[in-house]
Amino acid sequence: MSQAKDKSLTFQELIFTLQKFWAKQGCVLQQPYDVEMGAGTMSPETFLRVLGPKPYHVCYLQPSRRPADGRFGENPNRLFKHTQCQVILKPPPDNVQELYLESLQAIGVDLRKHDLKFEEDNWESPTLGAWGIGWQVMLDGLEVTQFTYFQQCGGVDLEPISAELTYGLERLCAFLQDVDSVFDIVWARDPKSGREITYREIRQTEELQFSVYNFEFADVEKTWEHLKLYETECKALIDGYNGLVKALGEKKSASREELKRYPLLPAFDLCLKCSHLFNLLDARGAISVTERVGVIARIRALAVGVAKAYVDQQSDTAAAATKS
Amino acid sequence: MPDFLLEIGLEEIPARMVDAAREELARRTQELLVKENLLSGEAQVSSYSTPRRIAVVAFGLNATQADAQEQITGPSLKVAYKDGAPTPAAEAFAKKVGMDVTKLGKISNSKGEYLSATVEKKGRAAADVLAESLPKEITGIYWAKNMYWRAGKPERFVRPVRWLTALLDSKVVPLEFGGIKAGAKSRGHRILSQGDITLQSPSAYAGSLESAKVVVSPAEREHSIRKALDAATRTIPGARWREDEDLLKTVVNLTEFPSVIIGTFEKEYLSLPEEVLVTVMRDHQKYFAVEDANGKLAPHFLAVLNTDGDPDGLIRHGNERVLRARFNDARFFWQTDQKIPLTERVEMLKAVTFQKDLGSYYEKAKRMAHLVNIGGADFDAPGRKINRKALHEAAWLAKTDLTTELVKEFTELQGVVGGLYAKAQCLAPAVADAIYDHYRPLSMEDESPRTLESALLALADKSDSIAGMFALGLQPTGSKDPFALRRQANGIVKIIVEHKLPVDLRMLFHVALIGYKGSDAEKKFTNLDKYADSISAFFRERLEFYLRDVRGFAYDEVNAVLAAGYDRVTDALDRVEAVAEVRKSADFEPISVAFKRIKNILRQANEAGKSPMGEFNAAGLPDPAEKQLAEIVEMKAPIVAELRHKHQYVAALAEIAQLRPALDTFFEKVMVMVEDEKLRSNRLALLQKMLNNFSTIADFSEIVTEKK
Repeated sequence: MSQAKDKSLTFQELIFTLQKFWAKQGCVLQQPYDVEMGAGTMSPETFLRVLGPKPYHVCYLQPSRRPADGRFGENPNRLFKHTQCQVILKPPPDNVQELYLESLQAIGVDLRKHDLKFEEDNWESPTLGAWGIGWQVMLDGLEVTQFTYFQQCGGVDLEPISAELTYGLERLCAFLQDVDSVFDIVWARDPKSGREITYREIRQTEELQFSVYNFEFADVEKTWEHLKLYETECKALIDGYNGLVKALGEKKSASREELKRYPLLPAFDLCLKCSHLFNLLDARGAISVTERVGVIARIRALAVGVAKAYVDQQSDTAAAATKS
Repeated sequence: MPDFLLEIGLEEIPARMVDAAREELARRTQELLVKENLLSGEAQVSSYSTPRRIAVVAFGLNATQADAQEQITGPSLKVAYKDGAPTPAAEAFAKKVGMDVTKLGKISNSKGEYLSATVEKKGRAAADVLAESLPKEITGIYWAKNMYWRAGKPERFVRPVRWLTALLDSKVVPLEFGGIKAGAKSRGHRILSQGDITLQSPSAYAGSLESAKVVVSPAEREHSIRKALDAATRTIPGARWREDEDLLKTVVNLTEFPSVIIGTFEKEYLSLPEEVLVTVMRDHQKYFAVEDANGKLAPHFLAVLNTDGDPDGLIRHGNERVLRARFNDARFFWQTDQKIPLTERVEMLKAVTFQKDLGSYYEKAKRMAHLVNIGGADFDAPGRKINRKALHEAAWLAKTDLTTELVKEFTELQGVVGGLYAKAQCLAPAVADAIYDHYRPLSMEDESPRTLESALLALADKSDSIAGMFALGLQPTGSKDPFALRRQANGIVKIIVEHKLPVDLRMLFHVALIGYKGSDAEKKFTNLDKYADSISAFFRERLEFYLRDVRGFAYDEVNAVLAAGYDRVTDALDRVEAVAEVRKSADFEPISVAFKRIKNILRQANEAGKSPMGEFNAAGLPDPAEKQLAEIVEMKAPIVAELRHKHQYVAALAEIAQLRPALDTFFEKVMVMVEDEKLRSNRLALLQKMLNNFSTIADFSEIVTEKK
C-alpha cells in the first residue's frame, strides 16, 4: 500500500484541492473563524449566512474544538481539535450530490474502485436551535462527509434552504494515505528533499497540553465566571438591539442607520465563547444535572436571540438598500 | 391494453422507509386506476424500489375510460311546462344538457315527476387521468420525516425528487411533481452507469435498469445478497454467517447493485466480549458476523457493497481498516473504563440526568435499591431463594455503566456493558447477571431476564420509571410515548408471567411512588389524585394486548377475566386459561346468558332506584324455584371461594356451571321485579349475592354469546 501512500495527497494538498474544487464551483473561500467552536456549523459563515434570502456559496476550514473528545494525543482516531472543511451552498444546486462526488474524484478517490453509500443521518443541534435532514456519506465503510439539507437555524425556518457538506479532514486524509493513526498523516512533503512532516510533529503536543488543561487544569470557578461575563454582555447586546427596534417602531427616535451599524456580529462571537466555555466545563465534569439543562437553554437563548435579531437587521438593511 | 410505468427518482431514501413507501405507491396507484375504471379490480400491479427510486408498473390498462351514460334530473314537470308549453326553466335545462327541449325525457320519483336527460359521458384518456391525479397520490405518500428543498417551499418530501419517468406503453404521460416533468428517461447506478437511460416501454423497465446496473426488485436483491453471503462465507472452512433479518432488510435498501466481500480482523480482538464486537459490526458498520462450526465468533465479517465487486481488494482493505479502528476504540474504552470500577461510579451517577424532572440516575439507583428490597420480601418460595445481597448491590450498580466510555460510544449496550464489567471486576455472578439483563425484554419477542434477581431488578427499574412519569402526568397518549412506557409495561407483564412472580401491580406502584417521597421530583407531581387509576387503566390495556395479541385468547374471555380484577397478572392468566378451557363445555354459554340477565336486572333496578336490601333472607323467598336457587347458591359459594383461593379455577368454574338448572328454573318461574317491595328487594339481593360470589374469576356477562 506504500505506493498508494506516495501518490496520495498530503494533508495540506488535500486542503488546497478541496478549496480549489469548490472555488471553481463558485464558492467564496473564507478563512477559519478565529473564535473557538465545536463545529464548522457554528461559524457565522454558516450559522448567520444561512439565514435570510440572500444566496451564498462558501467554503472554509474550521478547526473544531471539543474539549471532552481530547485523548492526550494518545488515541489514533480521537482529537480535541480536528479540522472540518465546510461547504455551504445556498440555495443548493439540483446536482449538489453529483458535485460532491466530483469533489471526491478531485481528491483522488476513484469511485469506480470504491463502495459509496448515502446513509440516513439527520442532524440536530438543540443548542443552536438548528436541524436538517441528510446523510452520512460512507466510503468503504468510513464516514467521510456529513451531508445536510438545513431546514431550520437559530429557531428560524430557512428560505431558501442550504446544503451543508462537512468533510472531516483528518479522517479523510488518513483514508487517502492509508494510515491507521491520524498522527501518521503526512501533513507536508518538502518538494526538494522529499522530507515528510507528519501530523504528529505539528499537532501532538497541542493535543496533549490542551487535554491536560481541559481535563485537569482549567479553573472551574474562573471558567464559570468567564461564561457568566460573556453571557451577560451577549444578552445585553441582544436586548439593546431589540430595544432599538421597539423605539424605531414607536417613536422613530432610532434611525435605520443605528440598526444597521448595531454590533450583532460581535454578539454572536460572545455566544460562541459561551458555548465553548460550556464544553470546557462539561469536560471538566463541573456541570451538575440540574445546571446542565439550564445552561444549554441559556446558550440556546443567546443563539436564537442573535439569529432572530440578525434576520431582522438583514431584512431592514435589504429594504433600505432597495430604496436608495 | 397499454401498460403503465411510474418511477420516482430521488436522492437516497432512508433505508428504513423504502419498503413502506414502495407499497404505498403501488396501493395508491392501483386504487386510482380501479376507481377511474382504467384497471379491473383483480389486476395486480408490480412495484419496485432501490435507495434512489420507487416505481410501479401496471399491466393491461384501458387506454381510455369506457363512455358512460349519465341520467340528469331537471326541474319538476309542474315548473317545466305551462299550458303544455316549455317554460324558460325547461329551456335552460335543455341547453345545459345540450339537447332539444322536445327530446327531454321524464322520470318520476317519490317527490313527483321531473324532466330528465340521458347524456353520454365521454371516457377520458388514461394518460389525461393519470397526469391529473397521480401527482396528488405522490404528494400523499407518508414519510416519517420530510424536508423542503425548492425555493418557495411548494412541497415536502422525504428527499429531493430528481427525475420522474411515466410511460403509457412508449408514450410519456405528462405528469409533474416537485417541479419535475415526467419523461421516458431514468437513471442507472450512480457510479457503474453513465448518463441517462431511455426506457422503451413499461414491460422493459426491470430489464433496462438491470443493464444500467440497477436491480429494481428488492426481493431479487435480497436473494442475490443471500447467495453472495453464502459464497463469500464458503471461503472460510466450516464458517457460517449469522442470520440477521433486520440487517438484511437494511442492506437490501442501501444498495442498487449489491455484492459481498468477506474481510478479516486480528484474532486479538476476539478477547473483547462478543456483544461489543457484534454491536460494532452490525449496528455501526452494517456488517454480518461470521461464526465457526461451533457457533463461536470468527475473526471475519461480511460487508454488502453497492457496487459490482472489489477486484483489487481496495474496498475490503478500507473496511478492515475502519473496523480495526472501531475495535481499537472499543478496546481503549474497555481498558480505560476498568480504571474506575463500577462500585466507584455510583457517586458519578449524580451527574447523569435520568429525566429532567425526576432527577439523576443516582436518585433512581437509590429508589431501585429500595424497590427491590420491598419486592424481595414476598418472593421467596420453596425451591427459590432470592439472593438479596446480590439484588441490592445490583440495584445500586445497574446504571453505573452509563458513566463509562464504552456505553457513551455504544449506547445500545447499556446494561450489557455493566454486566460484563461486573464480571470482569469479580463481582458476584448473580450481581453481574442481574445488571446484564435488567433492560430486558426490549420487545415481546425478546427474552425476559434470565435469573430471579435480574427479573426483580428489571421490574424495579421499569416500575420506577412508569411511576415517576405517571406522577408527572406524562403518561403515553395516542401515538405519543417518548419514554417507551408501553414497552416497559409490556416488559413488566412478560417478566411477571414468565417468572411466575406473585406481584400485586397496585402494591408495586404504590411502593414505587413512595420511593419518590421527599425528593425534588415530588414537588412536580401534578397527577397524584389520578395516579392509581391511570396506572391501573394503563396496565389493563397492556394486559389486553398481552393476553389477546401475544397469547391469543379470545377478546371476550380476556374482558371477562380482567373485569374480575388483574392486579395479580399470573392469576389473571390462570383464570383466562381456565375460562378458555371451560368455555367448550355445554353449560358455559347458558350460564353467561344468565349472568348477563342478572346484571341487566340489577342495573335496571339500580337505575329505577330500586336497589337490593343488604343480605338476602332465605326465609323471605316464597317460590320453590328461588328457594332451590338460594340453597344451591349458599352451598356453592364457599366451595367456589375455597377453590378460587386454591387457584383451582377450572374446578371452580365447573362448580359454577352446576348452578345452571337452578338458574334456568328460577328465570322460568320467578318474576324478580314484582310490586311487593320487600319481596323484590330480597330477590334482587339474591341475584346480587350470585353476582358477587361467582364473578370473582371472570365476569361472565362479558362473554359474547350467540344471540337467539
